[in-house]
Amino acid sequence: MLGPGVAWYLGIAAFLFATGAFGVLVRRNPLIVLLSLEIMLNGGNLALIAFSRHAANGAGQIFALGVMAVAAAEVCVGLGLVVALHRRRLALDVDELSELRG
Amino acid sequence: MLAISAGGVIVWIVWVAAGFACLASGLAVVSFRNPFYSALALIGNLASLAVLYLLLSAEFVAAAQVLVYAGAVMVMFLFVTAYVGPRQEPPWASGPSWQTLAAVLAAGAIFVEIVVVIGLKAGGRLETSPSVGSVFGSPGWIGRLFLTDHLLSFEITSIVLLVAAVGGVILGSHTRRSTAARADAAGEAG
Repeated sequence: MLGPGVAWYLGIAAFLFATGAFGVLVRRNPLIVLLSLEIMLNGGNLALIAFSRHAANGAGQIFALGVMAVAAAEVCVGLGLVVALHRRRLALDVDELSELRG
Repeated sequence: MLAISAGGVIVWIVWVAAGFACLASGLAVVSFRNPFYSALALIGNLASLAVLYLLLSAEFVAAAQVLVYAGAVMVMFLFVTAYVGPRQEPPWASGPSWQTLAAVLAAGAIFVEIVVVIGLKAGGRLETSPSVGSVFGSPGWIGRLFLTDHLLSFEITSIVLLVAAVGGVILGSHTRRSTAARADAAGEAG
């Protein structure tokens, strides 16, 4: 395999996952929380594809494509929620949307 | 020690550029005030990830990443961001500072955990990977895998997408129906 070994790709994947987790924890805007979730999913995808290349096995790439489809579904529902919030004139702030908290 | 070929040097250069773009745009997504700029930075992140996928000889996944993510999903994101209007927020100042500190600690803990676990479990064996043929990662190969070994996941994915589409439609039309019901109730009361 030319270039860097799989461990370097896994380092990037770990950093992306941590960045996304930080964004999910610290941001208030649900749109940016969704974007940070996408970063976390992509970190997982990069690790899956790196291990797929390392093991010379296609299951990792199939899994990555499945993660992509699930991410598209999640974005669909999440953006639907954001639009519904906007229509009801609710604040786009995940800290103020605490009505369901027990 | 080891002979570094010209191709290896080029792959290293591309890897460094794509990896740096990936990390920088990921940090930009979580630190921009304006969600519109965050979405644009995520497009850069997805494009540089596609380059990394190409280096890992996953051609079909790279193409799907650019088409599905950077194309379709991000266009939807940008439309919704434009729909709800530009809303600036201070990225770090909102909320008590211990929350930001705890988020930094939690994200750092996740990063250290992943690196340590990978280092312990697979440390020495990750440097050399077997060479794969040119068919590895090609669309025909992926399609064959999807329709033979992974047929069930393929079909379940279609159901998941269908359910998500129905959920999106219901979420999008809910408010309109409830305002119509409210208007009806008001009409009956009046």
